[in-house]
Amino acid sequence: MDLLNAVVALSNFVLVPAIAYGSQLALGALGVTLIYGILRFSNFAHGDTMAFGTMVTILFTWALQAWGVSFGPLPTALLALPFGIAACMALLLATDRVVYRFYREQKAKPVILVIVSIGVMFIMNGLVRFIIGPGDQRFADGERFIISARDFKEMTGLDEGLAIKTTQGITVVTAVIVVALLFWFLNRTRTGKSMRAYSDNEDLALLSGINPDRVVMVTWLIVAALATVAGVLYGLDKSFKPFTYFQLLLPVFASAIVGGLGSPLGAIAGGFIIAFSEVMITYAWKKVLGYTLPESLEPEGLVQLLSTDYKFAVSFVILLIVLLFRPTGLFRGKAV
Amino acid sequence: MKKFLMATAAAALSAGAASADDHAVKVGIILGFTGPIESLTPHMAGGAEMAMSEVTESGKLLGGKAVEPVRADSTCIDAGAASAAAERLITAEGVKGIMGADCSGVTGAVLSNVAVPNGMVMISPSATSPALSDAEDDGLFFRTAPSDARQGEVLAQVLMDRGIESVAVTYTNNDYGKGLADSFAAAYEAAGGEVTTTAAHEDGKADYSAEVGALAAAGGDALVVAGYVDQGGPGVIRASLDSGAFDRFVLPDGMIGSALEDTFGDEIDGSVGTVPGTESPGADKMLEMAEAAGIDGTSPYVGESYDAAALILLAMQAAGSVEPGDYKASIMDVANAPGEEIFPGELGKALEILAGGGDIDYVGATDVELIGPGESAGSYREIVIEDGELTTAGYR
Repeated sequence: MDLLNAVVALSNFVLVPAIAYGSQLALGALGVTLIYGILRFSNFAHGDTMAFGTMVTILFTWALQAWGVSFGPLPTALLALPFGIAACMALLLATDRVVYRFYREQKAKPVILVIVSIGVMFIMNGLVRFIIGPGDQRFADGERFIISARDFKEMTGLDEGLAIKTTQGITVVTAVIVVALLFWFLNRTRTGKSMRAYSDNEDLALLSGINPDRVVMVTWLIVAALATVAGVLYGLDKSFKPFTYFQLLLPVFASAIVGGLGSPLGAIAGGFIIAFSEVMITYAWKKVLGYTLPESLEPEGLVQLLSTDYKFAVSFVILLIVLLFRPTGLFRGKAV
Repeated sequence: MKKFLMATAAAALSAGAASADDHAVKVGIILGFTGPIESLTPHMAGGAEMAMSEVTESGKLLGGKAVEPVRADSTCIDAGAASAAAERLITAEGVKGIMGADCSGVTGAVLSNVAVPNGMVMISPSATSPALSDAEDDGLFFRTAPSDARQGEVLAQVLMDRGIESVAVTYTNNDYGKGLADSFAAAYEAAGGEVTTTAAHEDGKADYSAEVGALAAAGGDALVVAGYVDQGGPGVIRASLDSGAFDRFVLPDGMIGSALEDTFGDEIDGSVGTVPGTESPGADKMLEMAEAAGIDGTSPYVGESYDAAALILLAMQAAGSVEPGDYKASIMDVANAPGEEIFPGELGKALEILAGGGDIDYVGATDVELIGPGESAGSYREIVIEDGELTTAGYR
């Protein structure tokens, strides 16, 4: 019984939140990794791209709610998601047309593109704040829980409760679907294969008649979709605030780099590694150890390795370790 | 050059005029008219000026002296700017007392850098830091707001009376949150309660589930959230409810607000809290007067500001002198029993009693009772959340 309680407490505070957070990071990191693999630069505007897509989704969610449209027990935001993706696609294509294409034609070095992307980041940053404001927005509706802590306790008679939020369930399911679609697209379709070819060797790809403009455009479209989905899932699960999306850039980049930049599989693994490290290192293990250890060994303190304030430091440290000892990442991506 | 000369001459003239006028006494109002609480300070200054004009109109202060308010900006956060402003009030304007400052940090700075060296009386309407209770003040510093140490004690007492004997504490990571959490923990443990853990939370995060996870590991019957209702506080409560970690909360003044009812409804039924408040008829009277004067009397610390200004003027009357060194000892006398109770709007009557050698007990808008080192004893409203609404369970 004690062991069961320990497992439930661990699931409630570590496993379930970390899996949901990991899925959100993985989707964000996939976008970063695709841009790095195909367009060959680190896109610092990615966090704010997520914020922009989410913002449009929120505005459409409010419109739908005002018209009385709802999605039953599921959040209305899922209905608004396609609009958000479309707007985000339009924004990224416009940015590419106005900004990035110029530098691509100049054959600018990646470092210049990185700095350009920082400029784009600031503009998107301002745009989002200008439209929706810097404050917190909550837009989740529908059923809050798949199972709530209280119901779980009553059902099982255990001391510990397990809560699974609807948003956590949706996050994982959506992430699985999106990732499956992406891999099918990259591995099975003609366009996907041409993208991989372009990523592997640009000159060879051009010689074999691949249209570079088309590859670039499709990349931006996919990235827009990924960023918006990741942003909306994060916003549904937690809350939307432009500044927190800007801060998400660090764990997202850490995930992409840990997995290996340019490797989609690596981005997913990286997302979960970062999420689990952040949650497990800042979790207070007192309760779980209290259930599993014999009474004499029960810990007095909280057994918390790092205070939760240092959450972001965890991504930083992992990033540093990986860059020092395995710069290509776990899945042999490109060296940074 | 010509303009400069004229300006200098004009300044000299007006300074001369001020010192020559025996029939006006200047009182400084130093509040953060710019900075983080700039939305509150105009109402607070309005409250203080109401008391001053009431005294002027009565014509009974020391044989008919007028009271002239002089405003200065404390900025709430910049100790240097606040000290300079206070220095100006004393040396250039020649004020005889200071109503202010407002925020705890600048109040401490003005007190030690300016008020004590110049022997100036200061009455703050809103500085609540417990640290100011022990400040070196030569008997010059008073406040009409209670110290947060007092709220900690009241809160601890509320919990013990309700049989909540073990809690986890989380506070917003600033002077207010830390001071309140510390004073609460000390009082609660002294009363026999157990604080399982104390952890800070940063305002403005998207997600507090990690913080709540740590608090839940420590356990407790309830969670004390010493934060702000429009900042991280509701996020902490939401994460606690979602993960089933806590379903009962203890909410100090920063967390009490109608936003709480809107966000959580009956999900936090049974939670308790405290907020400064009084049953005294003075509060209603103050609201009426403020409304008539075009001030928002429901804004925080307006009553305290009125009381602070009134205390300075009544003490001058009691001592028969406008010099801070003379009247500083009278402030405790006019504020506390024995004597006739004085409510807002009765300052003229109070001045008359004092002139006749009588004794008064100033009650004012906020039930003023100065204790210990010259700070308000503080009365609090005990809040219980029932059926999704904040209800008053009593006064302490």
